[in-house]
Amino acid sequence: MQPAIAVRELTKTYAEGSAGTLALRGVDLDVHAGELLMLMGPSGSGKTTLLSIMGCILTASSGSVRIAGKEVTSLREKELPALRLAHIGFIFQGFNLFPTLTAGENVELMLDLKGVAASSAKKRVAELLDQVGLEGRHNSFPADLSGGQKQRVAIARALAGDPKIILADEPTAALDSHTGKNVMEMMSDLAHQRGRAVVIVTHDSRVLNFADRIVRIEDGAIARRPEIEVPAGMLSHDPLQPSVTLV
Amino acid sequence: MPPLAQRNLLHDKVRLAVTLTGIVFSVVLIVVQLGLFFGFTTATSNLIDHSGADLWITSKNVPYVEQGVAFSERKLNQARAVPGVTDAQKIIAHWTQWKRHDGGEESVQIVGLNVDDTLERPWDLVSGRVEDLKTPDAIILDELYKQKLGVTGVGEVFEIGGHRARVVGFTRGIRSFTTSPYVFTTFKNAQSYTGMREDQTLFILVKVAPGAKIDDVRRRILASVKDVEVYTTAQFSHMTTFYWMFTTGAGVAVLIAAVLGLVVGFVVVAQTIYATTMDHIREYGTLKAMGAPNIYVYKVIMKQAAISAVIGYVLGMIVSAFVVRASQEGGAAILMPLPMAVGMFFVTLVMCIGAALVSINKVTRIEPAMVFKG
Repeated sequence: MQPAIAVRELTKTYAEGSAGTLALRGVDLDVHAGELLMLMGPSGSGKTTLLSIMGCILTASSGSVRIAGKEVTSLREKELPALRLAHIGFIFQGFNLFPTLTAGENVELMLDLKGVAASSAKKRVAELLDQVGLEGRHNSFPADLSGGQKQRVAIARALAGDPKIILADEPTAALDSHTGKNVMEMMSDLAHQRGRAVVIVTHDSRVLNFADRIVRIEDGAIARRPEIEVPAGMLSHDPLQPSVTLV
Repeated sequence: MPPLAQRNLLHDKVRLAVTLTGIVFSVVLIVVQLGLFFGFTTATSNLIDHSGADLWITSKNVPYVEQGVAFSERKLNQARAVPGVTDAQKIIAHWTQWKRHDGGEESVQIVGLNVDDTLERPWDLVSGRVEDLKTPDAIILDELYKQKLGVTGVGEVFEIGGHRARVVGFTRGIRSFTTSPYVFTTFKNAQSYTGMREDQTLFILVKVAPGAKIDDVRRRILASVKDVEVYTTAQFSHMTTFYWMFTTGAGVAVLIAAVLGLVVGFVVVAQTIYATTMDHIREYGTLKAMGAPNIYVYKVIMKQAAISAVIGYVLGMIVSAFVVRASQEGGAAILMPLPMAVGMFFVTLVMCIGAALVSINKVTRIEPAMVFKG
């Protein structure tokens, strides 16, 4: 089966004065539909750069990136928004909700971008917010929601675009453990029940047990001997949790 | 589209107030300056535009109505004899001195006319009748200048050019561009007040017969009457206006002030919309990351600018209306004709949209990858 994301020989160099900084060096990675993959690594290792390139919001210096089978490195910059809109949903550490819009309007914004008519959008917004457990909070502004509720709105917004790929940057970093677990259960559900390819950048060891695969990035490359510490009792012997495979 | 533009605009009420203040200030400044320009323009050619004549006969090289040079009355009969002329009347428009009761003197412009004719009669009378000018030493002036000339009411007697003058009526809103008010009287009185010889006039006004072509009649008069110029009313009006507004620099000054109003408004609006855009720059980055094309983000910013323009225009016009109304009581009228009021809406819109382009330039450069930067 064709991977949702296929990255080959990927490099990224940031221009800094006369010398450049090599952020990614020859990364190869496939992410499949129905898979929840976590990217880990120290700060500055290149994981967010990799996530950004996979999300088509940053261009690679060289190499190949295929999204749903389509080579994106050869696309012009103005062609990328349509590709993101069609295939990719983002979830951010800081939620990135629009503070002047209600929860419902935040979700509706994505439907508007997709060209969904306003009348259909209202119904769909209600469904999506219900799905993430925010019934009755449609008219709440982000300032009136808890962190967990904000992230649920962000998930509903990402889902509104019906993307095949969900990219999340530290989605639980701003949440307490209980709320973070709830959010991760939703992300897991997106991958395993709804067949999305989910990639999560995280430092949060509490959520590693939700991963199907963990990729450790070090110095801009995938580590050959990754050492991921998964808390005891959260490994694959738990029948409710997915198995964890260290790359 | 969810109401992102409206909400962003209303979110920071202080900034909204600053934006609207800038637009209102700009609108009022432009309206006042353009209104003054129109007011001045109207005042400079008031006499000519209300004359009811088709043609003006003047001495050679008269650049504007206040600069008339006397010529022989006999040319009046020569003009009347030209085919196509249905009426011709001599008139005087000339400066002289008005003596107040307190001994002070003011410069006035005497307008001498034929009371039995329809040409160059005072208009918009609020007391008295034009026919009252037939009584001895009768004059009519505008109520705006009562205080300046020391007049309190009808029947008062003054001295003009050393001759007796008695107020028989008042007009309303006949302004002079200069500081010298118009004083209407009979042709004969005007000769006395201005010290002109009895066989001379300053202008001859001509009414062309129905069906006759004004230009044809003009050429015939030029051929029949020697040593004169003949202008259409529109030409002479334009010459007079051009002289006062541009040769003296008065018009240029108010037009420059109007342009300054536009620049001030542009800068204030550009600065505040830019600041609002920068406040929401991360949201615009998120929008772009979500897949919004640049045009979608531009629409949000343009909508903010357009909403600001509409609100600012309405508030600005309300303030302007008060200013315009208040000016009617003063010596310098600010006019706001309907086309100007409508045109101001588009000027305000263009100003605000133009100001938003500065912000759009910034948004165009946003890297959507910024959304992943803490």
